[in-house]
Amino acid sequence: MPTKKEPIWIARDLSKCSGCRKCEIACSLFHENRIWPEASRIRVFMLVPGADFPHFCAQCEDYPCVEACPVNALSISKKTGAVQVKTKACIACGKCIDACPGRIPHMHPTESYIIICDLCKGNPQCVKVCQEGGWNVLKKVSRGDRAYKLYARTPEEITRDLAFKMYGEKVEELL
Amino acid sequence: MILGYAGKFLEVNLSTEKTKELVLEDEVLKNYVGGRGLAAKILWDRLGTKWETIDPLGPENLLLFLTGPLTGYFPGGRTCVSGKSPQSNGMVGSTVGGEFGVELRCAGYDGIIVNGEAEKPVYLLVKDSDVEVSDASHVWGKDAKQTVRILTNECREFLKKRFPKYGEWKEPAVLYIGPAGENKVRTAVVAAKWTHAAGYGGYGAVMGSKKLKAVAVKGTGPLPEAADLKKVKRLIQVINNNAYESELWRRWGTGAGGYEFGAKTSSEPVRNWQDEWHDERSFGVDQFENRVWIKQSWSDFGCPTCCLKIAMVKTGKFKGAISDNPDYEMQAYLGPNLGVFTPEENVFLASTIEDLGLCGIQTGNVMGFAAELFQRGILTKKDLDGIELKWGDAEAFAALAKKIAFREGVGDLLAEGTYRAALKIGKMKKVDVLKYAVQSKGISIGAHGIRSGKDYPEAISYVCSVQGGDHTSTTGLPLDGSGSELGEIFNDSGVYCNFNSFGVPRKVKFDFYQAVTGIELTRREWFKTKALRILQLQRAMLLLGGPDLKWKPKIDDANPPRFYEPLPSGPYKGKTADKAKVEEEKRRYYEAVGWDENGIPKTEALKTLGLKDVDKTLEKLRQ
Repeated sequence: MPTKKEPIWIARDLSKCSGCRKCEIACSLFHENRIWPEASRIRVFMLVPGADFPHFCAQCEDYPCVEACPVNALSISKKTGAVQVKTKACIACGKCIDACPGRIPHMHPTESYIIICDLCKGNPQCVKVCQEGGWNVLKKVSRGDRAYKLYARTPEEITRDLAFKMYGEKVEELL
Repeated sequence: MILGYAGKFLEVNLSTEKTKELVLEDEVLKNYVGGRGLAAKILWDRLGTKWETIDPLGPENLLLFLTGPLTGYFPGGRTCVSGKSPQSNGMVGSTVGGEFGVELRCAGYDGIIVNGEAEKPVYLLVKDSDVEVSDASHVWGKDAKQTVRILTNECREFLKKRFPKYGEWKEPAVLYIGPAGENKVRTAVVAAKWTHAAGYGGYGAVMGSKKLKAVAVKGTGPLPEAADLKKVKRLIQVINNNAYESELWRRWGTGAGGYEFGAKTSSEPVRNWQDEWHDERSFGVDQFENRVWIKQSWSDFGCPTCCLKIAMVKTGKFKGAISDNPDYEMQAYLGPNLGVFTPEENVFLASTIEDLGLCGIQTGNVMGFAAELFQRGILTKKDLDGIELKWGDAEAFAALAKKIAFREGVGDLLAEGTYRAALKIGKMKKVDVLKYAVQSKGISIGAHGIRSGKDYPEAISYVCSVQGGDHTSTTGLPLDGSGSELGEIFNDSGVYCNFNSFGVPRKVKFDFYQAVTGIELTRREWFKTKALRILQLQRAMLLLGGPDLKWKPKIDDANPPRFYEPLPSGPYKGKTADKAKVEEEKRRYYEAVGWDENGIPKTEALKTLGLKDVDKTLEKLRQ
């Protein structure tokens, strides 16, 4: 278990996802005090039934979204390694979405700023509910020196792989 | 405005393509809650006085997609589909799993009311308060998997174009029909996510009659505000913990049923209920789990149970067939009921049925009925368009299912459902075949028999239910007990999954309702007034019936004749339902709910509930 002080990462085993969306519920309750799937920082996609998976920030080692922000609204938390959004500075231009290899950030549905996983200041709520249910898709680990960027992939890319894993060659009829 | 509700309904007239928003009075929401209860109220108010004349498959019928205040809050969201039923000619609150109800509430609507009928195939796309009636000719005729694929991609493209800076769009929730619904097959479903279906009631046919292929919804708002969020969070945890303790349900869902209900409780339909016992280990859940399950846990919004699995056949001639577990009902009705006893054939049949948009229970029932008539020589190979309908021949049953979905040849006859088909075949062959029809008031009996006495339904469970053979709405005494329909009405009106409420004390459910809406609901209030009122409305509509059929409670409030034949084998061999007990319990039930000896709600009972107009309309039945 990582200690409180060091940066963390959420390890993910997407193929175990049941699609229960308890992570969306926990995330939106924590950040918005509402059950609000579209305002959740972690969103479960199901572009092909059965191929459900959570889509959320991978904290790429080079943080291309932070680089791309024209108004310096994005920064990196020293404590957790998460991307932080200065909501007042954000101009909702969407450049961070285009810069993200996984097109992971999305706009807040009612406010004009981007939303990105902030790792709940080191105590990710999504991990808690996922583990409590025994799905173990998500696991909090220490952040090391690894290729985290690998996990920043678009919903389409992830769907294709997961659906292929499940349905094999049938996948072409389902996508 | 009451908390916990979005506060408005979307009304769509498909004849004029006009849409409008509708606000219901607080009093109506307080009394009828949502889903099934509210459907009863809306249908009665709008169609009650002319109920017998309304053709369920005509433009005057209403098609309702309703949520309840608990949808999205109570773990395991569902949506209630209703209207005048082309199966019972009454009203069924038929629920389907998936995210549709949650998306709809996040879009700002508690429900959608559809009337009229489109000139050409259409689908509805609801994005928050933007509603589009879109052309659906390119998806008309498409099976479930293709419909889901095309509409998911198309709606995401649309959203991306309309809101280019939003980021990636998740899929909308889609309710759709397959070819069976398009062809107004009475056993057609309203479906979601390939395998989820609102089956009882036959609302797929209603959707098809309106040429409405699908409804897709994307809501970007929060769930309607709850009165006491802190308490809601605590109650969610109570429900979750209750589910997490159930290893059996989480691991196997109802997938263990295909063997267990046959071998242990002896209450599973085998060869059109000629038996209810089998000990075929080839149909054991271990074989499903090891041979065909490719996903062990699959769930809908907020669900801790994951009773669904995903199965795919890996080898052999049915390779590539995909379904869910199948769940117990599909296992039974597309398994032993057709003499099929291997996971691969069962998954193949479930997949076929789902792709066609048919109800596995109702269609499995009518196909089993046809196979028994073939076994008895009443229907010949010629009558069946050359299909040799032998027990256990999965390909023959798949061929028949296709004929039913497209109403081809004998399929057109069987597409009317078991009861109506029995009447027609009886006339055609001049023999009584109703005795082989295992249904109650037009609705096939779910895969839980009563003869062994070891499963949950009892003597009058199906006899007195206002939803006929619906195994999720069985009834009995005491009225406030766990076997009464009045409790099911709460689940279907709050609109959440009853599976997540098993083992949860009733008080927790009422507390949950109060935490969301801020309205206190006592046990007494529910069972003595609110639920009873909903029940009376459903009963009234069921008895008014029409235009093609009307039920006579003396004859039709009955178990299927088969339940009085002794079980031919197994540990409960010789057991049968007890006619005298059924009659006695029926009499006591009528009395408890305030129905006269003919099964018609009494004036006094209706007036106490404030249903004077119902009383007036029912006057014609009493003469």
